[in-house]
Amino acid sequence: MAFWDYANPTRFLRLVHVVLPWLTGLCVLAFAAGLYMSFFTAPEDYQQGDTVRIMYIHVPAAWLCMMCYTVMSISSIGTLVWKHPLADVSAKSAAPIGAAFTFMALVTGSLWGKPMWGTYWVWDARLTSVLVLLIMYLGLMTLWRTMEDPIKAGKAAAVLTLVGALNLPIIKFSVDWWNTLHQPASVVRMDGPTIHPDILWPLLVMAIAFTLLFFVLHLMAMRNEILRRRVRALRLRAASASHPGAAAATAQPAE
Amino acid sequence: MTGWALDLFQRDLKLSVRIGGSALVGVLFFLAVVTVIPFGVGPDLNLLARIGPAILWIGALLATLLGLDRVFQADREDGTLDLMLMAGRPLELVVLIKCLAHWVATGLPLVIAAPLLAIFLNLEPLAMGAVTLTLLAGTPALTLIGAIGASLTVSLRRGGLLLAVLVVPLAIPVLIFGVSAADAAIHDPVPFLTPFLILCALTLIAAVVGPVASAMALRFSAD
Repeated sequence: MAFWDYANPTRFLRLVHVVLPWLTGLCVLAFAAGLYMSFFTAPEDYQQGDTVRIMYIHVPAAWLCMMCYTVMSISSIGTLVWKHPLADVSAKSAAPIGAAFTFMALVTGSLWGKPMWGTYWVWDARLTSVLVLLIMYLGLMTLWRTMEDPIKAGKAAAVLTLVGALNLPIIKFSVDWWNTLHQPASVVRMDGPTIHPDILWPLLVMAIAFTLLFFVLHLMAMRNEILRRRVRALRLRAASASHPGAAAATAQPAE
Repeated sequence: MTGWALDLFQRDLKLSVRIGGSALVGVLFFLAVVTVIPFGVGPDLNLLARIGPAILWIGALLATLLGLDRVFQADREDGTLDLMLMAGRPLELVVLIKCLAHWVATGLPLVIAAPLLAIFLNLEPLAMGAVTLTLLAGTPALTLIGAIGASLTVSLRRGGLLLAVLVVPLAIPVLIFGVSAADAAIHDPVPFLTPFLILCALTLIAAVVGPVASAMALRFSAD
């Protein structure tokens, strides 16, 4: 069956066309409010000074890198169980966004760690788990890039994503164990005093803004991926039309 | 064990021991890694004794990764894998048996070589026994987790490096608990049995997740 015979992607593209401008507008508004609140209305920390404002970027990015993997895992179940044609598009387009958020969380964390802990990097349990998550994102992206056929690549990546989803809690648990075994309580913990509402509200607004940003980027990436696959399918069809002898061989894997 | 399973096990074992001699190459690589590390960290015997279990575990991990790409690739190249897929046997069981044969051919020699290499690292007899025991319990997990990567990259022409990148994050818990158990036997206040039992549990989990995920990936790579 040809890819362009599916009605679903077309309907999805129409939906994206309607939803995306509104979502983008909401995202811009949320960012404007969140950035204003975090830079001007939120107070400085009595110990950390202005560097506490890194938190308004760092913490939402760290939340998002976890949410993104959840979205990918759900999409992978969609690919393997229901064979939904958009599920692997969703998983594929979510991976680079998740990697970017993970990278952002690591970089802002390092920049925050230098003035606070005196070092850019500590082998803290949380930092180490996030680093492992980044490696997994990059590995998944590489797997997608190395396989030529998008359908096969999607299934392979879905298997790996689900194995990773099973393993991430185990990795988190073992890294926690490893950390307490080797360097007990040498790292400054965030969870000292409970967060004051003046700091909490900007953080929540920024979290909403980041979540909206994720969905905007995700929808845009999915749209681009669908269009990219259509171009690929059209090219294959054109190639098989100009070489009738090779038609059977090239048209088959294109689906 | 039913007849076909035993036959498959013996066939895989013979192939991996005879052709290419992968078992010996793995042990040689293990020796090379352990030899190279004192050049990097210096010949201080006390330091080597302290990080010895970690060196042996990392060496075993690297040697396992090196041999993994041959688990399914040779069978795919000559068409045996397609026959196995069409034979109607439970593919999960086929994968499990292939992993077992691969471990006997490549993992078990590493475990046997470990006490010998531990002498180079100035390990005491107790530590030597602990490392060997943890390797015996942990290397099957490395092979089984690695089988997932091997089956995902089976259709790629040069999948070896990608396989290593995909497998290493999943192998981190095994490494942590393997080294912890070996360390616990030597000096740490933690009892040896706690991390060792978790290591055994990880191997059992890998024995379920590995074949299931690997069989799924092999089915997708074929159609």
